[in-house]
Amino acid sequence: MKHLLSIEDLSADEIHHLLELTDHMAEVSSRPIPKVPALRGKNVVSLFFEDSTRTRTSFDTAAKRLSADTMNFAVSSSSVNKGESLRDTIETISAMGVDAFVIRHKSSGAPQMITRWTNAAIVNAGDGWHQHPTQALLDCYTIRTGLNRRDGFDGLHIAIVGDIKHSRVARSDVQAFAALGASITLVAPPTLLPPSLEGWPADVSHDLDALLPDLDVLYLLRVQRERMDDALLPSLHEYSAMYGLTAQRAARLAPHALLMHPGPMNRGVEMVVDPGEVPGSVILNQVTNGVAVRMAVLFWLLGSGSDLKGEA
Amino acid sequence: MNRLVITGGTLLDQHGEHPGDVAIEDGRITAVGEIATTGSDTLLDAAGCIVAPGFVDLHVHLREPGKEEAETIETGSRAAALGGFTAVVAMPNTDPAQDSVAVVEFVRAQGKRAGLCEVLPAGCITIGRAGERLAPFGELSAAGVHLFTDDGSGVQDPQLMRSALEYAGPLGIVLAQHCEVTSLTKGAVMHEGSCCSRLGLPGWPSIAEELMVFRDIELVRLTGVPMHFLHLSTARSVQLVRQAKAEGLAITAEAAPHHFTLTDEQLSGFDPLFKVNPPLRTRADIDAIKAGLADGTIDAIATDHAPHAPHTKEAPLDQAPPGMLGLETALGLAISELDMPLAAIVAALSWQPAAIAGVADRHGRPIVVGEPANLTVFDPAQEWTVVPAHLASKSRNTPYAGRTLRGKVRHTVFGGVAVVVDSTATR
Repeated sequence: MKHLLSIEDLSADEIHHLLELTDHMAEVSSRPIPKVPALRGKNVVSLFFEDSTRTRTSFDTAAKRLSADTMNFAVSSSSVNKGESLRDTIETISAMGVDAFVIRHKSSGAPQMITRWTNAAIVNAGDGWHQHPTQALLDCYTIRTGLNRRDGFDGLHIAIVGDIKHSRVARSDVQAFAALGASITLVAPPTLLPPSLEGWPADVSHDLDALLPDLDVLYLLRVQRERMDDALLPSLHEYSAMYGLTAQRAARLAPHALLMHPGPMNRGVEMVVDPGEVPGSVILNQVTNGVAVRMAVLFWLLGSGSDLKGEA
Repeated sequence: MNRLVITGGTLLDQHGEHPGDVAIEDGRITAVGEIATTGSDTLLDAAGCIVAPGFVDLHVHLREPGKEEAETIETGSRAAALGGFTAVVAMPNTDPAQDSVAVVEFVRAQGKRAGLCEVLPAGCITIGRAGERLAPFGELSAAGVHLFTDDGSGVQDPQLMRSALEYAGPLGIVLAQHCEVTSLTKGAVMHEGSCCSRLGLPGWPSIAEELMVFRDIELVRLTGVPMHFLHLSTARSVQLVRQAKAEGLAITAEAAPHHFTLTDEQLSGFDPLFKVNPPLRTRADIDAIKAGLADGTIDAIATDHAPHAPHTKEAPLDQAPPGMLGLETALGLAISELDMPLAAIVAALSWQPAAIAGVADRHGRPIVVGEPANLTVFDPAQEWTVVPAHLASKSRNTPYAGRTLRGKVRHTVFGGVAVVVDSTATR
């Protein structure tokens, strides 16, 4: 069974293939009736052990546009709260007949572990600090369309700014952007970087201002309040002063540069400027593209043949 | 009772190595050398085998009382006997903890009932291992407890640790430290390095161990009271201990087989079988542990045998408990992986830990007439493959499933009784 657990598992060719497939899905999504029968009869179950609005809704919409049956398993109202083990939860739902699980879990590696207990395809919708592969794919697709770079990201300079250490988005994006040929700079205070960057295809900077004019993409990450409790940051105010995107900083971006954020944004922290006033902001495009990318991923894992043409 | 005769082996003890038979009656060695056997003797064939003083494991978790679904003193003792151990030190992180005479007497009695090896209960350093008040060292010592530790946790408060050492001094007991500064390991799942950075898992930095090793070396210097370091895992820890020993400080140390055989890369598949505390570290750390064993900086190979019921290891890495089985694979791993003379390996498994455990009067003894018959007979060349379902432990959490090891215990004699014959427990 094919899974999507980590960007690491994908070759550059596979990433390109998924992005091309996303083009088809974007076309489907633009139809008056944005629905095809590609996954009719397939059962896609969303299992979110951690809160998420946009990712869950995005997967749900994607599955429905492909005519899959969908089931949302809300963990808070489930038997997990009665102490049922992860394995029993998976085996029980699997027994109902599941073709794919979309898994969000606060523990790194949980989706990989779940592959032991089911024959269904597993889509990692975010695990701990580890991976969020569909986010990386939608980010790639957004850059690909936003900068018209269908053939790859050679020569692009992308800065990822913020809490890299605790970010599954950063881990996935670095691997995906690098696979497509971009050069990447991670920008954060040392306390918000992973303990080792050995093997990461990225440079590090602590000086956002020096980088700004040179960037093709500025990718901001959410910075959470709890980082101050762990003595990783003195204050959000200080973070904002050193690494936040103010109007002054935004004005120094190149005219073609894209501004991205995986959401949810912390206004006034990493995002001081109103992104609506930044011409290169593609933050809402990311959300739109998320649906098409997840359609592509579900079709790639579960689809067969070329039944994208028909209508549901 | 019939005489038991171990025939055709090579005897290896602290005085050397030579071929010979060993006769045993009433729990003691009654003859050594070339022995004419009679029809009424019970014979243990040791052809091609080493006959050594029984092994002593300074570090096992037998889970009883409290977690009998993972291991009992009986099943753990059986695993010990099959691994060639005639004595094991049972760590005190039971429920209730081994901080009272009642609990240590229970553990010892269960060990006697099983009759497979001597179970030596360790005492706690602090009541309930909570790190707040001293456990009754005097009472426990009078009840025969020699080694005290809060293993599972280190004693965080330096004042409390200093006081523990000072109080312990006249009692002649040994305090053993699990070296981990917990404020540096909050939520930690694996070694802090490139692997945890890639996997997005909270790291357990080497310095969290080394800081406490350093602190306690200085407390030994201050108090003059001996200390033992449990399961050293980092290169720098080994170096600190080496230097302290060179300065003549009364320090001993142990290392676990997994810390000289497995690296943090094993966690790449997120398999909780490889989660252990302290964590698997790097190739450089493995090399340092091996060097420390080879030059005597590390006195003992101790397994940190830590059974966990299967369902508890079927959880995401951050939720699964740390620990792995060790008793039945220790000898094979040592022979397969350590570039040391067999005599040095046996020393680290037998008389050196026996001295630390305070049982040098009855375990790890030379193989001569009159000594207690606690002996291990093993074939250093036999290759075997680890099959979890074949292990005697009640749990299955070995990280070595499918691995082929060289060196297997054939017979174990405990108190004059052949408790393992032909790699099978007799009780």
